[in-house]
Amino acid sequence: MSTRTPTTGTRAWLPLALLLAAVIGAVSARAAYAALQIEITSGVRDPIPIAIVPFAPAAPADGGLDVAGVVQHDLEGSGRFKALPRARMPATPTRAEAVSAADWKGAGSDYVVVGRLATLDNGALAVDFDLVNTLTGAKLATQRFTGPPGALRNAAHRVSDAIYQKILGVRGAFATRIAYVTVDGVAPALRYQLLVADADGENAHLILDSRYPIMSPAWSPDGQWLAYVSFESKLSGVYVQLVRTGERRLVSARAGINGAPAWSPDGKKLALTLGGSNGNPDIYILDLATQNLTRITDDPAIDTEPEWAPDGHSLYFTSDRAGSPQIYEISASGGGRPKRITFEGNYNARPRVSADGTQLAMVTLDGGNYRIAVQDLASGSVRVLSHGRLDESPSFAPNGATLLYSQREGSRGSLATISVDGLTGLRLKVQQGAVGEPAWGPFGT
Amino acid sequence: MAQQACTHKLLASLGMAAMLAVAGCGSTPPKPPPAAAATDANAAAQSAGDNAANAGGGAGLGSQEETAGPQAGLLATRIVYFDFDSAVIQGKGVDIVAAHAKYLAANPQARVRLEGNTDERGSREYNIGLGDRRAQSVRRALLLQGVAEGQLTTVSYGEERPADPGHDEQAWAKNRRVEIVYLTPAGQPAAPAKP
Repeated sequence: MSTRTPTTGTRAWLPLALLLAAVIGAVSARAAYAALQIEITSGVRDPIPIAIVPFAPAAPADGGLDVAGVVQHDLEGSGRFKALPRARMPATPTRAEAVSAADWKGAGSDYVVVGRLATLDNGALAVDFDLVNTLTGAKLATQRFTGPPGALRNAAHRVSDAIYQKILGVRGAFATRIAYVTVDGVAPALRYQLLVADADGENAHLILDSRYPIMSPAWSPDGQWLAYVSFESKLSGVYVQLVRTGERRLVSARAGINGAPAWSPDGKKLALTLGGSNGNPDIYILDLATQNLTRITDDPAIDTEPEWAPDGHSLYFTSDRAGSPQIYEISASGGGRPKRITFEGNYNARPRVSADGTQLAMVTLDGGNYRIAVQDLASGSVRVLSHGRLDESPSFAPNGATLLYSQREGSRGSLATISVDGLTGLRLKVQQGAVGEPAWGPFGT
Repeated sequence: MAQQACTHKLLASLGMAAMLAVAGCGSTPPKPPPAAAATDANAAAQSAGDNAANAGGGAGLGSQEETAGPQAGLLATRIVYFDFDSAVIQGKGVDIVAAHAKYLAANPQARVRLEGNTDERGSREYNIGLGDRRAQSVRRALLLQGVAEGQLTTVSYGEERPADPGHDEQAWAKNRRVEIVYLTPAGQPAAPAKP
């Protein structure tokens, strides 16, 4: 959906030709892969009280979607907000002018969100919302999102993003997508599926299905492609796949390890790990247009899990060259000497950097447990954020406020989020089997 | 949004293998049926004019089709276990590797794939490195005992293919392993190799 503010015009979000496919898909995809169920595991002590009043519908084009319900689910899921139950709402206004601020203040809400859907002449849907401060009665925000009816759920997430940003000053990441791998069946007869879903776990759809492992999905910076490792040939291969069409390309199937793909910030190159027939995993950069390969590390140790610094000038990676796995940084132009980044503890692996380049997330061994930690790159200070026994695969939300990772609970793998301040968390489960290897996609455009 | 239409098609084809439904939609869909996967992967590389995908020795890896292989005595044992954080072949593993080395050296057309595996602890891609180290340990032992390089392919599945689904030390010990998998001999159709 596009956004129209007083300073920007309306843009089409999707070509209308895709409208019908989107309408059908939005319903059926949910039924086919209602894969992730979310529960809040921790929230801030004093969440912001907010009321999200049901939006005026636009039947039948809205397909009965409860836009306010999606917004409420997003905001409460962030752990930062507490929504007023509908039964306790003093009224059901749909525009700011009809909001009696004192009544809502009396019901305990600091903010009220009202909104309405409208069918436009070209068949598109418009979603308008107003955000009202109940203490002052002031209208803090008013915004319109337009697009085909099939993208209505995405529009609801954009409403959530806008409210989150207006109140907390940080861009919301609700209108984003995540990729993850599910594993079902009993070892050794396992079935692996790579899926993509909205950040709230809805709208899941299949990218790849295999009897052999799939791992390490990585989003291109424009959110159009996924790179991943598949063992479908029984040996490892790195593939890149266009999410929208399924079109894909094998980009590396060399002898030994082909692993850990990571897109450069300009989307033109992949950093990856190649092991060779003699088994010496090192970091390389593959130019996707020319296929040129540049060797970045050359050490008999395991060098793997490359991650680009946001400026594209350097790479972080895991290496056990000093005896145990630690994280290093090296120039992405090759030929440089790596600089060790982590010094606390004897197991630090799988670096991921926040979009602003200030925070490094990793897997750390903490008193016998593998947990997610964040290191401040300027000061070097480390905070362990998660509390599990086998936590792994951290991935930053594009706004840098939250980490998505996988954890083991009993015999099941599930996904979890934790805010970088450690205050709020969520758990995302599949109905059967295990889920892991999450990768949070970039902001949409 | 086209992929959502694919998902619809997938839903509409309940009872059909999901992979077939996916393969049947879109203009250039993924083709994941595992039985044909190696061929698909090669075709994908060739259609992209992508010989570089196989640079560095990958092009010579050959068919990965499995065969029963020799069964006499220790040759029937195909798994070598390892200690925690170790790639050292120990105890019974030394004898198992020696038996396969003797067979492979005497049967130069025979080929094996050495599959390295780890337990589930730690980071996944780092575990790929650790599993590779175990596969290489067995590979080097075989080469030292007269097996030719061309008879051996290695792969590491890291923690991705556990033999035991448990989450305790007993399960982990069964998962830290190298599996020796016999492949159809080079240049021959699928047929069990005779001991």
